[in-house]
Amino acid sequence: MNWQAHLPALLLAVPLLGAFATPLFSLGGKTLRNAWFIVVSTFVFLIALALWHEVSVSGILVYVMGGENFALTLPSGMKYPVRIILEIDALSAFMVLAGSITSMAGAWFTLSYMDRFTGISRFISLYFLLTVGMLGMMVTGDLFNFFVFIEIASVASYGLVAFWRDKPQAVEASFKYMLLSQVAAMLVLLAVGFLYGKYNVLNMGALGSVMQMGLVEKFALAMLFSALALKCGAFPMYLWIPDAYAEAPASVSCLLVTVSQASLYGIFRVAFSVYGLSMTNSVVAWAMIVLGLLSMLIAVSMAVVQHEVKRLMSYHAISQTGYMLLGVGIGLLVLADPQALAEYGFTAIKGGVFHIFNHAMYKGLLFLTAGTLFYMTGTRDLNKMGGLIRKSPITATMFLIAAAAIAGLPPMNGYASKLLIYQSSFAIHPFITVVALVTSVLTLASFVKVFQTAFLGPEHKALVNAKKVPATMIIGMGMLTVAILLLTFFPTWALSNLVEPAAKALVDQAGYIAAIMGGAF
Amino acid sequence: MIIGNLPFLTVGILFLIGLLAILREKNMIKIAIGITIIESAVNMFLIVLGYRLGGDIPVHFLKGEVDAMVLPTPQALTLTAIVIALATSALMLSVIMLLFKHYGTLNVDEIRRLRG
Repeated sequence: MNWQAHLPALLLAVPLLGAFATPLFSLGGKTLRNAWFIVVSTFVFLIALALWHEVSVSGILVYVMGGENFALTLPSGMKYPVRIILEIDALSAFMVLAGSITSMAGAWFTLSYMDRFTGISRFISLYFLLTVGMLGMMVTGDLFNFFVFIEIASVASYGLVAFWRDKPQAVEASFKYMLLSQVAAMLVLLAVGFLYGKYNVLNMGALGSVMQMGLVEKFALAMLFSALALKCGAFPMYLWIPDAYAEAPASVSCLLVTVSQASLYGIFRVAFSVYGLSMTNSVVAWAMIVLGLLSMLIAVSMAVVQHEVKRLMSYHAISQTGYMLLGVGIGLLVLADPQALAEYGFTAIKGGVFHIFNHAMYKGLLFLTAGTLFYMTGTRDLNKMGGLIRKSPITATMFLIAAAAIAGLPPMNGYASKLLIYQSSFAIHPFITVVALVTSVLTLASFVKVFQTAFLGPEHKALVNAKKVPATMIIGMGMLTVAILLLTFFPTWALSNLVEPAAKALVDQAGYIAAIMGGAF
Repeated sequence: MIIGNLPFLTVGILFLIGLLAILREKNMIKIAIGITIIESAVNMFLIVLGYRLGGDIPVHFLKGEVDAMVLPTPQALTLTAIVIALATSALMLSVIMLLFKHYGTLNVDEIRRLRG
């Protein structure tokens, strides 16, 4: 057994160790604590990179927790898996890579951004726990385990959103998020109970192999879908997102974007790998498309009128989530039809999946630049900013790159993924494409406004002694900028090596099941 | 049939009571109680799922004469869920405490600084 087989467990164990050892290291002073923070998050990124490489070379990885043999999913002639199994296919590896990059960039950014506050060792512990919850949701192959990781991520994020607890707004946002998120989590647990009561298995692959659509399954699917749609901030249940994202410290908002996308990954996993072809009608696919369209249009129109920079960006996060739901929903709609899938469905899935990665990078960068603006000026109100390009041209450049990417200007990476969605949604109905294009235009308009008011124009009187941007914050933002530029300059490489295996893994339900159940399926 | 399904009916009623409390109540403590009621309902659902009529404890060498055992997995799930519920309840109550310190009220209608 070679060491690569243990990568899935290491991916979760290393940040967990990071979380619980942080108070110990912070006894040794600030430098040691910060070094520990950076070393562990870099290490998590390296593990994610190795994992992604391993999956792209040798296919789906499984890891049986607590088993005598880590690769044996069905010990001693059992028909169904009984232990907790981590299952990493190309889609999970893809998500893990995106998540670990944002986590690392946020860690660098935190060093000087949070420097003036006390209680940073607790902040770092919670930050690592949030990372563990997010990565766990992406790699687990077990529905109940998925619920546990949702709760780990949720509890950590309640704490982080309310980290500035002397600010009433932050505590209020945390409470709002907590109410909605707890109800959603209980719905997930109820759905897990329904499925367990019917089939006596908790493993997603094993469930997929025996799934037959009936009333109980429909109930469970409805509960899972609505709960996870709430957690990822799709249209009717998005109200907690602007509050939580805007009130959290900037590096946490950057990570929360990817955490929400882990819930989105949960929807895709349930829809494709657990239910997949056993879904007899296209209600879920249409629900995804309609919710996607509504989130895109409504959230972007609310974003345009905002003058508080982080709230504005949070509304854009909701509207970008709509693109992913739309793209993957179109793929789900034609999943049972091989010809339509080959013609446009697969392109749509590729667009949706690629957009997840792009969004994690540029939205993370936008939140970090918003944090930099707050650090420099002490305000998040756009009306009180101006002329900041003279104070920090490098922040302005990075903001411009991220804004061009989110607005989908060619040749940025956001353009590549949006183009795939435009092309394929046209085959369903031209109206969908029109909505997507209008959203894109409104996004561009609102980011032009932000750039113009914050960076250009005469210097605001109150900002004469705006603070300089420290180096570690620039390093944190620089990492995400480099990722955006790499995706921009090598779109063909990214599509064929990153995105296409992930989209294929999403469609390939039989492969996901066979990795657990062996050749018996 | 009816008697056998009574526990599930109880679970449903409890869940609805909790949901109603979250939607209708104005006092934050009562809302928190609503959430814990929902959590208890879900836990009870899991336990009822695993119960077999006349079953004994699911430990091989401790069970008595009977052959049927209740399912152990839902009990393990419930234990995990109870621990999680405890953690979130504690956190929720401390957040409510902070909110009370800031606003001087427990009424959710008066805690509205975030808008738009």
